Amino acid sequence: MLQISNLNAWYGASHAIQDINIEVAKGEIVCLIGRNGAGKTTTLKSIMGLMDKTRGSAVFKGKELLDQPAHVRFAMGLAYVPEERRIVQGLSVRENLRLGLVASPQKKKEAQLIEGIAEIFPRLAERLDQEAVTMSGGEQQMLAIARAMISKPDLIMLDEPSEGIMPVLVDEMFELFRSMKAQGTTVLLVEQNVELALDIADRAYVLDQGTVVHQATAKELLADDAIKERYCSV
Amino acid sequence: MTGLSFDLIALQLFAGLALGAIYVLFAIGLSLIFGMLTVVNFAHGAFYMVGAYVGLYILMLGGNFWVCLIAVPLVVGLFGVVVERFLIRPLYGRGIDYPLLLTFGLSYVMVELVRIAFGKSGYPFDTPEILQGAVDIGVGYFPLYRLFVIGATAVVLLALWLFLEKTSFGLIIRAGARDPQIVRVLGVNVAQVWLIVFGIGTAIAGFAGLLAAPLQGVIPEMGGTILAEAFVVTVVGGMGSIGGAVLAGLLVGVVVSMTSLFAPEMAKVSIFALMAVVLIVRPQGFFGRAGLMS
Repeated sequence: MLQISNLNAWYGASHAIQDINIEVAKGEIVCLIGRNGAGKTTTLKSIMGLMDKTRGSAVFKGKELLDQPAHVRFAMGLAYVPEERRIVQGLSVRENLRLGLVASPQKKKEAQLIEGIAEIFPRLAERLDQEAVTMSGGEQQMLAIARAMISKPDLIMLDEPSEGIMPVLVDEMFELFRSMKAQGTTVLLVEQNVELALDIADRAYVLDQGTVVHQATAKELLADDAIKERYCSV
Repeated sequence: MTGLSFDLIALQLFAGLALGAIYVLFAIGLSLIFGMLTVVNFAHGAFYMVGAYVGLYILMLGGNFWVCLIAVPLVVGLFGVVVERFLIRPLYGRGIDYPLLLTFGLSYVMVELVRIAFGKSGYPFDTPEILQGAVDIGVGYFPLYRLFVIGATAVVLLALWLFLEKTSFGLIIRAGARDPQIVRVLGVNVAQVWLIVFGIGTAIAGFAGLLAAPLQGVIPEMGGTILAEAFVVTVVGGMGSIGGAVLAGLLVGVVVSMTSLFAPEMAKVSIFALMAVVLIVRPQGFFGRAGLMS
């Protein structure tokens, strides 16, 4: 579904990621792990079209992404939940969800889709008309994920979804990722909580200093303490 | 202060609201554009002036005022769209000063072109016949046209509010003003939204110029004065806030109107004094967010 070859990206003059090669098959959960600054977020941003300068290739459902602006990549079926969540201030929970549909061909089914999302996220259902930024961090993270899911993307990229969230909600969230996978959504996940991530992932790539240093199935990596120790310990 | 009856003060208050209505229309366009595009549109006064001249031209061609009410915002808004697309868009991402300087220069070009086309001296602009005269509003006779200005402004505000609060496009505008990047990630072509917002803002400016024309006549420099006053309105109301622009616009209108009743020599200075007080007490204005320009 997604083939990334020799992907490079820059922040100004700094060469943030170099020759990244990643493949994600349909229905998989693929995880990117590595220390802070390893290039995980930059990789996701490059795929979504939020970096000023990228080189290489990222083919999604047979089409090259890199020469398309971000909004076209959304239309092709990509969704991205940024680390900082970016729940829009001044809008209610419902309006934030609607925002996930404004550019989608599914917009006509808005009421029905919001109802569907509310079933998956009971915490949001209770708070639909509340101003979104007044919710807890975990609830805002749920909303960010719901907003990205509501348009039914083919591939959803999640950046550090568990960061700063209480454990109960983290478990709930990872349960959700499992059921997303069961329904055929493909997931590209960046996660600091390596054990938890590898537990639900099919495969993982280890990044270090802007490049892929190791790749393996999640099972292999879970058992490989040396690699985890070397590239993932903080 | 003898001879100032309650009725006179009440009438002057209404006159202030009519004047304020023009400020409100002018300032909401300015605020909408700034809030969404972070462009300080120094050509806003020129669009206002062009609105009055387009109206004048339509009347010269034999059209009537009601045609103007529809045609002027369309023509001026379309012109605004062209300006955004070809002049302002190449400057995005280079800092707030580039579009500011561009629109500043553009306003001079627009004024000069109107001078070439219509001459340096102004034109009177007839109040449409049906809106001439005065009506009794309880406290005395009030010019019908000014009442119409207040009403027309209320209609525009209501329409704008419904558009922003009840439509998907309005939701995009409200979200995009806060966080354009997430809106882009959610599939919206933000450049297109900016184009439309600039068009709406300038269309309202043109409409305001047309409404002001019967009150003050039409001259090429008419946009300069109101631009200075409207910046006071946006500063008092809070940069980028539409609610703030409405409240502050009416307030400034009333302040000007009242000082010209009690102390006419202070009328021009009064609004700047008001701005100074607001800046000291609440630097971000009534509804502004602090640090917006940083």
